[in-house]
Amino acid sequence: MDIFLVRPFAFSHTEQPQVPDVPDSPSLEQFEHSATELVAAAAQAFAAADTLDALETARASFLGRSNGRMLELQRAVPSFAGEDRRAAGRRFNDVKTAMEQALESRRAALEQAQSAAAPTLDLTMPARRQFVGAEHPVTRVIEEIVAIFREIGFTVATGPEAETEWYNFTALNFPPDHPALDAHDTMYLADGVVLRTHTSPVQIRTMQNSKPPIRVVIPGNVYRLDPFDASHAPSFAQIEGLAVDEGISFVDLKATLAHFANRFFGPTRTRFRPSYFPFTEPSAEMDVECRLCGGTGCAGCKGTGWMEIMGAGMVHPNVLEAAGVDSERYTGWAFGMGPGRIALQRYRIPDIRVLYDSDVRFLEQIAS
Amino acid sequence: MNASFDWLKDFTDFDLTPRELRDALTARVATVDDVVALRQDLADIVVGRVVSAQPHPDSDHLWVTKVDAGSADLLDVVCGAPNVQEGTKYPFAPVGAVLPGGLKIERRKIRGQSSTGMLCSARELGLGVDHNGIMALKTEAAPGTPFLSAYAAGDTRLIIDVLPNRPDLLAHEGIAREIAAFTGNPPRRPMPDGMVMSDAPFNHASNSATTAGVRVSVDGNAACPLYVAVVIRGVRVGPSPDWLVRRLEGVGVRSINNVVDVTNYMLHGFGQPMHAFDLANLAGPEIQVRRAHDGEMITTLDGVTRKLDASVTVIADATTAHAIAGVIGGEGSEVTDATTDVVLEVAVFDPRSVRSTRRALSVSTDASYRFERAVDPHATEGFARYAAALVCALSGGVVDGIPVVIGTPPAPSPAIALRVPRVALLLGEPVPSEECAALLSSVGFKVTRSDSDAYSVSVIPPTWRSDVAGEADLVEEIARLRGFDSFPNELRPFRVGATPDSPAYTVTRRVTQALVQAGLYEIRPTPFVADAGANGVRVTNPLAESEAMLRASLLQTLARRVEYNFAHMSRNVRLFEIGVAFTRGDGPLPVERTYAAAAVTGDRFPAHFADPKPPQMDIWDAKWIAEQAVSAAFGVAGAMDLTPNSTGDGWRISRAGVNLGSIAPLWVDAPVWASRVYGIELDITSAFAGRSLGRTYVPLPSTPAAEFDLALLLPSGVTAGDVGRVITTIAGELLEALVPFDEFTGRGVPEGHRSVAWRLTFRHPERTLRDREIEGRRARILRALEEELGVRPRSA
Repeated sequence: MDIFLVRPFAFSHTEQPQVPDVPDSPSLEQFEHSATELVAAAAQAFAAADTLDALETARASFLGRSNGRMLELQRAVPSFAGEDRRAAGRRFNDVKTAMEQALESRRAALEQAQSAAAPTLDLTMPARRQFVGAEHPVTRVIEEIVAIFREIGFTVATGPEAETEWYNFTALNFPPDHPALDAHDTMYLADGVVLRTHTSPVQIRTMQNSKPPIRVVIPGNVYRLDPFDASHAPSFAQIEGLAVDEGISFVDLKATLAHFANRFFGPTRTRFRPSYFPFTEPSAEMDVECRLCGGTGCAGCKGTGWMEIMGAGMVHPNVLEAAGVDSERYTGWAFGMGPGRIALQRYRIPDIRVLYDSDVRFLEQIAS
Repeated sequence: MNASFDWLKDFTDFDLTPRELRDALTARVATVDDVVALRQDLADIVVGRVVSAQPHPDSDHLWVTKVDAGSADLLDVVCGAPNVQEGTKYPFAPVGAVLPGGLKIERRKIRGQSSTGMLCSARELGLGVDHNGIMALKTEAAPGTPFLSAYAAGDTRLIIDVLPNRPDLLAHEGIAREIAAFTGNPPRRPMPDGMVMSDAPFNHASNSATTAGVRVSVDGNAACPLYVAVVIRGVRVGPSPDWLVRRLEGVGVRSINNVVDVTNYMLHGFGQPMHAFDLANLAGPEIQVRRAHDGEMITTLDGVTRKLDASVTVIADATTAHAIAGVIGGEGSEVTDATTDVVLEVAVFDPRSVRSTRRALSVSTDASYRFERAVDPHATEGFARYAAALVCALSGGVVDGIPVVIGTPPAPSPAIALRVPRVALLLGEPVPSEECAALLSSVGFKVTRSDSDAYSVSVIPPTWRSDVAGEADLVEEIARLRGFDSFPNELRPFRVGATPDSPAYTVTRRVTQALVQAGLYEIRPTPFVADAGANGVRVTNPLAESEAMLRASLLQTLARRVEYNFAHMSRNVRLFEIGVAFTRGDGPLPVERTYAAAAVTGDRFPAHFADPKPPQMDIWDAKWIAEQAVSAAFGVAGAMDLTPNSTGDGWRISRAGVNLGSIAPLWVDAPVWASRVYGIELDITSAFAGRSLGRTYVPLPSTPAAEFDLALLLPSGVTAGDVGRVITTIAGELLEALVPFDEFTGRGVPEGHRSVAWRLTFRHPERTLRDREIEGRRARILRALEEELGVRPRSA
């Protein structure tokens, strides 16, 4: 019950109908008479109410719980005994139901009339919105990649962002002072300690800590001594994968990555090109058909029709051995790619700095 | 690497268009990043096909033709060439095109017949002198195709991405070897007109020797395993012949003179950097290859004066350094028009030494690039003979004396055993030993198959492939030469990974999802800050002082991101990040902790015309966000303890007495229109170790609840937490919920007090509670509150 309802004391539009009071100890006949009178009076009052407010006033005067007229009838019921009492009770219920029905049908009629008369909603006004959150576009790309590799038996591995040179370079077969290091302009934290330049140290850690069969994907942040410009950032996300088991071959690598490309981009041709990474041999790059032109050749792909997606290769035996894996018994393959680059392509973002600015207008745009 | 299409043809024959060559090299050798036609003045010309040719009605030598130039309608073109033929394709200049001579093609009438465009001769296109007729094209290209993509007109440059393990591809000869391997045509060394190769023996010495009166010495400490010097006298320095100018143009090098051009020809043609010294400028005359003296000065060809130290190897005369070995020459020793006698230097410098010098001096040249990646020490002497012969042929000079070779090349690489079954295992497809042998031989490997051992073959890599050191390298050669795409994309059975998921990853995912559901945007900024405090971690070689340290708290980066948004006039900002913060560790490695952190400010919900002034986010929103993060990380929200912070405007978060973070107003540089910013930071690292507590089902109630409210007057110093503890203790286990739902100070509340209204919900799991049970509890609770805390009901 709504306690804040303020009850009016008089009818506002019609004269109060005269209905005799129900005597304190009526005969069944008197009871019946009062009941009939009440129903008629209520029907009249309801019919006379021409607004919902007036109808509410009428309702309170008959059906109100504190001083509605039906209370008088209700109070009279216990004054009967036996069969009479049951009859009076039934009669009371019938009256109440009839009264409520009359009330409801009048209410419905008034409401219909009112809504027909009310000013129509201006439906061009905007919806009431909610704030919704969103993952960063790069996280979304990572999650899609992880989900596809999970389908084919991969788990997720992670590792520290500060690493020793041994994990970042030596164990991965980087020759000391070699031009291969040029692609890994490195930030140092101390002598022999670097901010990892790739997620590959986690390959070593995973092989050290678990036995084959190993199938892991490794998302994480990596660091390069690259100042911000439209296509470079000093830290960025990378995701790589590693599969190590007996009998793993280059065909497995190609087939798995082509499968990934078809799942991630939709059906697409793929192409594998020779490449070089110190930690894989053979090394390859995988291309998919250019997302802009569909493979016919455009300025975006320099007319080749192909778009580079990732580097990959068979794990170099020196790397397996450095991580304590018997390279005669086990073979493996690995890949690595940049979810940030994929996000730039997917959302057609011309400048990588947009991914770092954390502008809520951008985050909302991509989220919705 | 810039490669000239025409120059490659000097080294081997092939019948490929530049684009076909690009695709073939990309598939098997190295990626061709771009193909650039150098004759851009022919960009307007297209392929046109003569559909019909009728004699001109008013001329005895002109033809009226209809030309298909790719457009919808055939074009009328009047043509005077005797060789025009129906059905043949010719270069066609449409109206508006400009020919290489500057002639602009316009629509015109020739003896009453209109002509829209021009069929071109080779001479008109600058492609030769033949002007006897128009240039018939043998091409499959459709009419309308740009002429440059249908015809190799002028040179084309291929820009090749040569990877660090393949220095042999930094030369036309090396690329041509690879082309020869897939065309089957043999590679060759071009022999320009007038060149006479001598095979007279050179003078080999280990430290020093004299040639034509020039003493050449290599210090044992110098980073120079091999040094060849050839003295040529009587050169007439002058312009280079056209063919040489064109070759160098093809790779983007400007012709200088007939001696210097030879050194550049050797670098780009054979990958061997060289230097030519003017003998007249060499004091002694002498060449010393030695370590620089500490503080020795040299002005290099780029005009920079550099101070050297003993880590640098120089080429000097008796008194002065004339070049930084393998990197850059010095001013004053170069060949000029006045030069008559030269010393050619053809050498091998130690890759690591060149690399460290190049890095220390911040100067990278075509020469240093190649020496760093290693030149072929077994080819040095041959290159010296070739270069000397070319200089003599072009300049009229003569080799004087016997050239000297100081040092010896290293022993050739030993043979590598290649197990044929291993090839099949690694590649996933059997490659017969004959095929392995044929593929490897095609690029210069010496393969020996023994009749007694069908299992393996013996392979000696060519001297220019110092990158090939083991069986895996040979497998790569076989795979790439066969073509990676020859291996099927066939998904074969595999065993699923046995490594469990990283808990760091799974916890991070849970917290990420919880904070996204709380309406926050994830960000991924960089962790660099200007100052991370005394315990912070510094990058020893930072990009800038403003980002010289790694953050010790994620709130540091979040605050800057909020400021960025304020600067862009966004006042509703709700950001979170899950990332690493760094502090100094005991050893050289820093301590990494993973945090979930958030910053929120502005409207609690989006403004709407029906709710134009939404309330602003406050500390209570921040507290809820923190609870979401804690609950996602640790399983249940109750897993954290909140204690008021020292400023009393927020909390420290702890768990089992260990500090895990904070909830508090976040100080940022904010404009006046901004609302207050609240920051949350939670260390989730300890959640990685524990097992996540899964939620369990609690039976839904089947009995009605009984509720009553208490408006309580709390004297100052009494917290809601105190009241809650008393109530829960007294109320017993039937208390289902206890919520403070209103707080009030002011009229009717005594000074120094506040009124807090509580709703208590009781429920018995099996039956309806009776009124007097509830009343009894109410009385006992009120008594205890008064006795223990001095808290009385407000209405009393």
